[in-house]
Amino acid sequence: MQADACATMKIVVAIKQVPARDSQLRVAATGQWIEEEGLEYEINEPDAYALEAGLRLKEKHGGEVIALCAGPARAGKAILEALAKGADRAIHIEEDAAALDPLTRARLLAAAVKSESPDLVLTGLQSEDLGYGQTGVILAELLGLPHSTIIMEIEALPGVIRVKRELEDGWFQHIEMPLPALVAVQSGIGKLRYATLMGIKKAKSKEVRRVTAASLGVEPGEPAISIERVYLPERTKRTQLFEGDPKQAAAQLVEKLRFEARVI
Amino acid sequence: MSVLAVLEQRGGQWQRMSFETLAAAQQIAEELGTTASAAVLGHGIEALANELAAKRLDKVYALDHELLKEYTPDAFTQALAAHIKLLDPTIVLFPHTYQVRDFLPKLATRLGRVAVSDVIGHRVENGKLTLVRQLFQGKVNADVRFAGDGPHFASLQAGAYRADRVVDGSATVGAVTPALSPADIRTRPGEPFRESQRAVDLSAAELIVSVGRGIKEADNIPLIEKLAKALGAELAASRPICDAGWLPMERQVGSSGQTVAPKLYMAVGISGAIQHLVGMKGARTVVAINKDADAPIFEVADYGIVGDLFQVVPALIEALKK
Repeated sequence: MQADACATMKIVVAIKQVPARDSQLRVAATGQWIEEEGLEYEINEPDAYALEAGLRLKEKHGGEVIALCAGPARAGKAILEALAKGADRAIHIEEDAAALDPLTRARLLAAAVKSESPDLVLTGLQSEDLGYGQTGVILAELLGLPHSTIIMEIEALPGVIRVKRELEDGWFQHIEMPLPALVAVQSGIGKLRYATLMGIKKAKSKEVRRVTAASLGVEPGEPAISIERVYLPERTKRTQLFEGDPKQAAAQLVEKLRFEARVI
Repeated sequence: MSVLAVLEQRGGQWQRMSFETLAAAQQIAEELGTTASAAVLGHGIEALANELAAKRLDKVYALDHELLKEYTPDAFTQALAAHIKLLDPTIVLFPHTYQVRDFLPKLATRLGRVAVSDVIGHRVENGKLTLVRQLFQGKVNADVRFAGDGPHFASLQAGAYRADRVVDGSATVGAVTPALSPADIRTRPGEPFRESQRAVDLSAAELIVSVGRGIKEADNIPLIEKLAKALGAELAASRPICDAGWLPMERQVGSSGQTVAPKLYMAVGISGAIQHLVGMKGARTVVAINKDADAPIFEVADYGIVGDLFQVVPALIEALKK
């Protein structure tokens, strides 16, 4: 495909590896995090959409997509997946960063992004583990970049990008900003691709640069917020549960809806 | 020690979560033995500031500037950073709106702090504030504390505090003109628009059957359509289903879709992430069908069936015929 008139783009996509969606979670013995033993991990879904957006921009305009991930050795799997889907190379910040506060995490990412001077930095809107929804915006502030969040479309124009931002209650708005910039992508920006067999094969030979907080020159610093305790939430409603034989459960439920709740 | 609530408006109308934040600020201030103040940003916001002057607050700050008429992260961050530096409040509370999500992390970073986002509750023990928020899509709760000196920033989830608990009183209004120039603002916002007239108005539906990821494939959607037909219900979905294009976006319930309040909301294969729950909390009766007994949807359900939806739904359709 021929790149169009718009200059090619160097894009960094920040991805996080999180416990798989359907994981059964248990509270760790410390009471301050979840038990990680035996968990399966995957790319944080909102970040998978950020990667998708980056790959589509590259396909349209040419350029390079660099996957950036902070996490322990197991995050190598998420990086390999990003490379298999089409990222050109990757940077792995090898730190056990599971429950880092978002500023500390963003400082690590910022140091790695700086060394690349990209035109565009993409992140997912939020992580499915901590769910702060802050890393992208903090990263923009640390890098001195303009940003926009909850983005449904990205259009690259010479030196500028035009994004479609989702507002509440079904409203949208277009926003223009100069490059370089940071965009936090909303899930659903484009249908996620699967890695092809060829992609998986190629991924193994792509460059992965491994760095650490120390090699990036980032001092850990004191966290500004701390998780004191994690626990399973208490039920706020008393739920009548029907288990066992589906036919029997269905009949019981219909009975309740007709004669107790009287909603059907 | 003091508490500041930063409220949100657009074109002279309050964002509906603003008064929840105001109520929270009054409550937390009282528990900490101090007073609350409120700030609002915009242009031509006198009427809104005067409305706040009739609430139990220490002071109302109207940050008024032409460049705050339309929201931009640069202008809002700059105006608030300067004001908060001057005021030096201990705790600064925001509604967890899309707009706040866009600038609060930037504001906190600029002041060398970390905000606690999406808070669902709090406790005050020995004069210390602990905030409660959810992790892992609502599967786990966490108690979070601030370290070091204030200002401490937090945003509050929709519905976590009750707007009708705001206490009346009186406060003085202080007009503030932030130092802003057009050169400070790098993003150019366009006019808000709606995609198209909504063909489906779920907000008026009495009965809703809603489908989530548990349905696995687009080819399985007709099963849920059959259930909706058997009930005489409207069909709705959680976000991932609409993202995947299996149902149109206009059938999405949740923070980015429609807010519904039917007599019956039947959630099939929906785990109940908070973004979904905020869209259907107003339902009178909630039914959840899910294979995972720990799914957060059961926390808000009146009735639930723990089981495989591919067995339960056909059985339900049969039972409804009787």
